[in-house]
Amino acid sequence: MLAADGTPLKKSLARALRMQKMRALMLIAPLLIFVLISFIIPIGSMLFRSVENGIVAETLPLTVAELQNWDADSGELPDEPLYAAFVTDMVAAIEAKKHTRLGTRLNYEQTGMSSLFRKSGRKIKRMDPATDGPFKEQLIKVDKKWGEVETWAVIKAHSVKITNGYFLNAVDMQRTPDGAAPQPEDKRILIKLFQRTLIMSLIITASCIMLGYPVAWILANLPARTANVLMILVLLPFWTSLLVRTSAWKVMLQQQGVINEVLVWIGLVADDARLVMINNEFGTIVAMTHILLPFMILPMYSVMQTINPSYLRAAKSMGATNWTAFWRVYFPLSVPGIGAGSILVFILAIGYYITPEIVGGTKGVFISNRIAYHISSSLNWGLAAALGTILLAVVLILYWAYDKIVGIDNVKLG
Amino acid sequence: MKTKLTALAVTTALVAPAAMAQEMTIVSWGGAYSKSQLKAYHEPYTAKTGVSIINDDSSAEAVAKLRAMNEAGNVTWDVVDVVAADAMRLCDEGLAMEIDPDTMLAAAPDGTSAADDFGDLLVSECFIPQIVYSTTFGYRTDLVGDTPPTKICDVFDTAAYPGKRSLEKRPINNMEWALLCDGVAKEDVYDVLATPEGQDQALAKLDTIKDDVIWWSAGADTPQLLADGEVIMGSTYNGRLFSVIEEQKQPVAMLWDAQVFDLDGWIIPAGLSEERQKQALDYIMFATDTQRLADQAKYISYGPARKSSAPLVGKHADLGIDMAPHMPTDPNNAKNTFLYNYEFWADYRDDIDAKFQAWLAK
Repeated sequence: MLAADGTPLKKSLARALRMQKMRALMLIAPLLIFVLISFIIPIGSMLFRSVENGIVAETLPLTVAELQNWDADSGELPDEPLYAAFVTDMVAAIEAKKHTRLGTRLNYEQTGMSSLFRKSGRKIKRMDPATDGPFKEQLIKVDKKWGEVETWAVIKAHSVKITNGYFLNAVDMQRTPDGAAPQPEDKRILIKLFQRTLIMSLIITASCIMLGYPVAWILANLPARTANVLMILVLLPFWTSLLVRTSAWKVMLQQQGVINEVLVWIGLVADDARLVMINNEFGTIVAMTHILLPFMILPMYSVMQTINPSYLRAAKSMGATNWTAFWRVYFPLSVPGIGAGSILVFILAIGYYITPEIVGGTKGVFISNRIAYHISSSLNWGLAAALGTILLAVVLILYWAYDKIVGIDNVKLG
Repeated sequence: MKTKLTALAVTTALVAPAAMAQEMTIVSWGGAYSKSQLKAYHEPYTAKTGVSIINDDSSAEAVAKLRAMNEAGNVTWDVVDVVAADAMRLCDEGLAMEIDPDTMLAAAPDGTSAADDFGDLLVSECFIPQIVYSTTFGYRTDLVGDTPPTKICDVFDTAAYPGKRSLEKRPINNMEWALLCDGVAKEDVYDVLATPEGQDQALAKLDTIKDDVIWWSAGADTPQLLADGEVIMGSTYNGRLFSVIEEQKQPVAMLWDAQVFDLDGWIIPAGLSEERQKQALDYIMFATDTQRLADQAKYISYGPARKSSAPLVGKHADLGIDMAPHMPTDPNNAKNTFLYNYEFWADYRDDIDAKFQAWLAK
């Protein structure tokens, strides 16, 4: 069958459709590029950073090649060729001012590497790899750590370009020449923080549901005029700075704070037994519930608005009590709102950083506080990326589980 | 003010040789500290050269931001104010340029070379010291009874001084104080702390007051906690306590015993264009000379890093009180001091911090 201009109809239809698709693509192109640049690429680079470990092999290429011939388990020091290769590498690295970077990188794995590379660098700088050998004795004289098997074992264990070392660190383990091993007990903290983050986020989500549900119900069932005024009260916290709201909780909850003062004044609490409500889990839960509550109320409210009140009347006319009518009819219809609100609140909560930092004390800090430490203080971005990746994976798994149990098409924002 | 400076900049630009950039970004801590730098360094420098200065209060996250800028290949900062430990980290990472004190810094008025004038305070090749500050304790005079604390170990004595204390939420300084009060001699502290047993010993000592501690993470926390009466004593930077005591007139006094000296100063980021680097060096040469460092002490109670500046320290610009007795380096305050060990903490910070955080979470 031919079209009017003589080309086959199938072909001409395909062309027309292709034009349409192109136009659609052009229309969404700005958004697509924006998402790509500001979202996909940063996440991709984070994922990559959590395994990337080129620095050892790039800074000490000859040494890493020589290390392949050396068995860390033999308990014997490597031989002269390795020391010579190391000096050659180091002289080049010092020239490029890269040896201290490598020291910082290895210090994450073995305490003392940072100063070992910094101090040795000052002396190795003066050696000439071509003429000053043999180097084994000389290096051990520069610092006795070069005469320890462990130093070389650490370099060997972390010489691979793609490493699982950061992920092992992120789950309180470490990479050793003999494979993965647990961290010493007194350094295990991250798993505990992951657990705490998840448990506290669940508690915060649950308290948001309990506080938010009645509010959303009232908002949905009041006349629009009154509801709109009350809505402003719900939205008001959104217009206040996060830091101001968090600091306000400090003023409220601290031992010389408003709540304790009132309780002491009316005699419920003795002056020397004031309640500790901040710098612990309780403070974090209260402050974060308050901050995240609007994210729960809004989806609930918009779903409840769509529930026809005549359903409840119908249930009652057929003999249901108030409770049965609510529980069997109204509540199931409002579940998609709870689902949407819970996902929003939960996902926001597990990534929260500044509120736990301010009111969390020691028992209320989250994994994100450790991520922040590794980004801004220790500069261990590989570990920070691994922690972030695990957090992302946890969210995706929970999302998947939610989809299996409740069903994601059972989530509505209105 | 800003328009005035710009106007000045424009007029001087017309007469001054146009070799230098007319604008530079200087990063510092913000608050009273940046204000002291504005008065003592920036304003005279702008008046002298016509270069206008943009302040960026990002020092708290300077290390991470500089690394990100460096990776992106676009460093937008010209001079950055950081603590010495961060300067060392930046130098190790190749993110700060190395400084030759003899050619890049001004000599003292009496001809002493900059290297000798700063002396031991040049702790890293990239670091130009500016002030000596200390981390020390303040206490509420009305909440500690009739015998106010005089020794660092009073912090650990909850029987004599019941009530909460505030300590920084990191191992640095706390571990040293704990060991000092657990009978370790001052000169042995870092040797002991380098061993796992020593670290356990310090944590065990901290354990005795753990229930009475509020942990702070921002320098403003302790002054606020003291003012609210939430704690009876707490550690913070001496300049913050000065402002609580002398400017806000709170019932707080200093406990200088075993104060830990630390340094704050400038670095110049690596990878600046030649022109901007020249500009940054010109600023550094001006802002770290003897008179300028002494001037800063008129606005904030931190000690100038040059020996030659000490005799020039005068009165506070607004309060009119003598500043010398408020300096951490004043002989009366510095009877028993402790110097932050940079090499040690560069090595052990990550290791001990992990242990410290695990202990905190227990």
